[in-house]
Amino acid sequence: MHVGLEHYLTVSFLLFALGLLGVIMRRNLLVIYMSLELMLNAANLALVSFSRFNDKLDGQVLVFFIITVAAAEVAVGLALIVALYRKRQSAHVEDLTTMKL
Amino acid sequence: MKYEILPWLILFLPLAAAGCITLFTLRYRTVSALLSIGAIVTGFVLSVIFINANGWQPSTGESIANWLTIGGLQVDFGLKLDALSLMMLLVVTGVGGAIHIYSFGYMHDDRGFSRYFACLSLFTFSMLGIVLANNFIQLFISWELVGVSSYLLIGHWFERPSAGDAAKKAFITNRLGDFGFLLGILMVWGILGSLNFSVLQGLLLQNSSALGTMATIAGLLVFCGAVGKSAQFPLHVWLPDAMEGPTPVSALIHAATMVAAGVYMLCRIFFVLNPEALHVIAYIGGFTALLAALIAVQQDDIKRIIAYSTLSQLGYMVMAVGLSGQTAAMFHLTTHAFFKALLFLSAGSVIMALHHEQNIWKMGDLRKKMPITFWTFLLGALALSGVWPLSGFFSKDSILAQALEQHNYLLFADGVFVAGLTTFYIFRLFFVVFFGKEKSEIASHAHESPAVMTWPLIVLAVFSVIGGVIGIQGIYHRLFVGEAEQAIGFGQMLFEPFAQAPLTASLGILAVIIGFFAAFTLYAKADQDPLPAKLGGLATAMKNRFYFDELYEATVIRLHDFIAAVMDWIDRWLVEGLGIGLVRGGTDLTGRALRLVQTGNLQTYAFLFVLGVAVVMWLVLK
Repeated sequence: MHVGLEHYLTVSFLLFALGLLGVIMRRNLLVIYMSLELMLNAANLALVSFSRFNDKLDGQVLVFFIITVAAAEVAVGLALIVALYRKRQSAHVEDLTTMKL
Repeated sequence: MKYEILPWLILFLPLAAAGCITLFTLRYRTVSALLSIGAIVTGFVLSVIFINANGWQPSTGESIANWLTIGGLQVDFGLKLDALSLMMLLVVTGVGGAIHIYSFGYMHDDRGFSRYFACLSLFTFSMLGIVLANNFIQLFISWELVGVSSYLLIGHWFERPSAGDAAKKAFITNRLGDFGFLLGILMVWGILGSLNFSVLQGLLLQNSSALGTMATIAGLLVFCGAVGKSAQFPLHVWLPDAMEGPTPVSALIHAATMVAAGVYMLCRIFFVLNPEALHVIAYIGGFTALLAALIAVQQDDIKRIIAYSTLSQLGYMVMAVGLSGQTAAMFHLTTHAFFKALLFLSAGSVIMALHHEQNIWKMGDLRKKMPITFWTFLLGALALSGVWPLSGFFSKDSILAQALEQHNYLLFADGVFVAGLTTFYIFRLFFVVFFGKEKSEIASHAHESPAVMTWPLIVLAVFSVIGGVIGIQGIYHRLFVGEAEQAIGFGQMLFEPFAQAPLTASLGILAVIIGFFAAFTLYAKADQDPLPAKLGGLATAMKNRFYFDELYEATVIRLHDFIAAVMDWIDRWLVEGLGIGLVRGGTDLTGRALRLVQTGNLQTYAFLFVLGVAVVMWLVLK
């Protein structure tokens, strides 16, 4: 069986959808966070496959940027989650409703 | 023209004083008073210097600074300098100065002492603005400023509801007149395209029918301003109520200067008025003179009697303008400023001695206790009646002579009759207050006022006596008629009226004599007013001011209240209920609905966000 662009994109879409579901459905902040990473990586996969099938390196360059940003984001995000946990003794989104009026 | 800066200084010094008092010296009573008095006395001295240097007709005649230009409308800020304005300058600063000094004594124990002097200075500035204005806009602005300062001063004792009401009444009644005045100004500008007095006069001299068919209406509309400010019938009702203000204010504003502004304005813009308009003006003036004199006969409040007397004399002046006798009108205005200010200040002296008792039937026998006030009041009363050779005789005689010259026998008879009435009511007041028995406890403890109050009285008394023979008439005559009167000696000037128009002079004197003896027989020893018993219903009508206030209450004010009620209903239910209510309610409801979306749950937001992205993508990729 020949593996074409559409197959890669399908995998990428599935990964993105899984990540999205995780963000929307899961209660634990850490899991939500991992799901976010999953969504980023789904985007990465799509970009790499576009790069491969178009014979251009632009997509791969973009992926490097995304990985860098994701690394920085993880550092900040995890720090926030830890700080939040120390303050509230909880990492569940149901408890974080102070934005409500 | 020498010393061109002086008129500007005279004009703006009182404003500077008012500003200074309001901003810095409200707490320092004496400083405030000195600033205010200093400004007006300096103004008087500077006026004398200026007139000495330039004569009564300065060569340039105008001193102009361009103020604003809007399209075709060009407004100058300029000073008109001719005999008319220079003489008024002397009257306003001179009589005003005397009254300022008198106020220092009269208001001495008042809490609003500094505020009073600030308002007085503001008034002086506005009045000088009217006098010196060289165009309609500047005149109108000063005109309104005078109204404001009059409002502030009538309402000086604002804790008293009657004072507040009187202030409002004066202001609103004046506004009615000013509305017509403004329309008149706009009409003149619309037709002739200029607001400057000299330019307008030039245009109308070239072509006397330049105003076309609107001439009469324009003239009468401008006259409306004078009707309001000079309290002519039918807007005369505010002036007697304005007596709620402090007595020096009544003397300055509601006798000597502000109410005279209407007459001054008519003389200034005389060229706008055509014969038909003048006709109406003459009859309104004559009617006001008669009406006010009749009312004055049966009033009991010392200040109100003099206030109605002012109305009546203003009627004389307006009548004189209507009979094309500007010289006579301005002459009477000047002498009236002297003797009416004198009468008011003397009355103020009496009122103060009696601890603010104003009912003449509670006074009596004050002649020995207050000798200076007695003598000055007597001179003022004689001048007002028009007794030869006091100032009032000459000016009143010139008005009567003018009526005869125009062959208007009705107004002539009216004038003579009012002259008799004038003598009657002022000597009724005089006999009741200064002669007879003491009619109350306070009257027996009265004593003479301090020197700061009696000196202004004496100065004004001197001018009331000699005002007729110091050449004031000649100065006006040269301006209005244009030809130089031949110089006549002092002795000749004394008898001039008898030589010129013996009938007028003798009839005038006869009226005075009749009035005097009527007052003497009725009131010299009276304890209460004998007149109601003799006149019956007429006396009651006079006492109740011919029911004008009640008439206005029943018609104008009732109508006004009705319109106000309708407007209130519309505002309350249509504008606020429907208009504002719908908008407010709608916003509130939407807000409440949208608030439900704000759950505070992070994941709901994330879901809605994704939904949004999906919708956008669907729209883009569709």
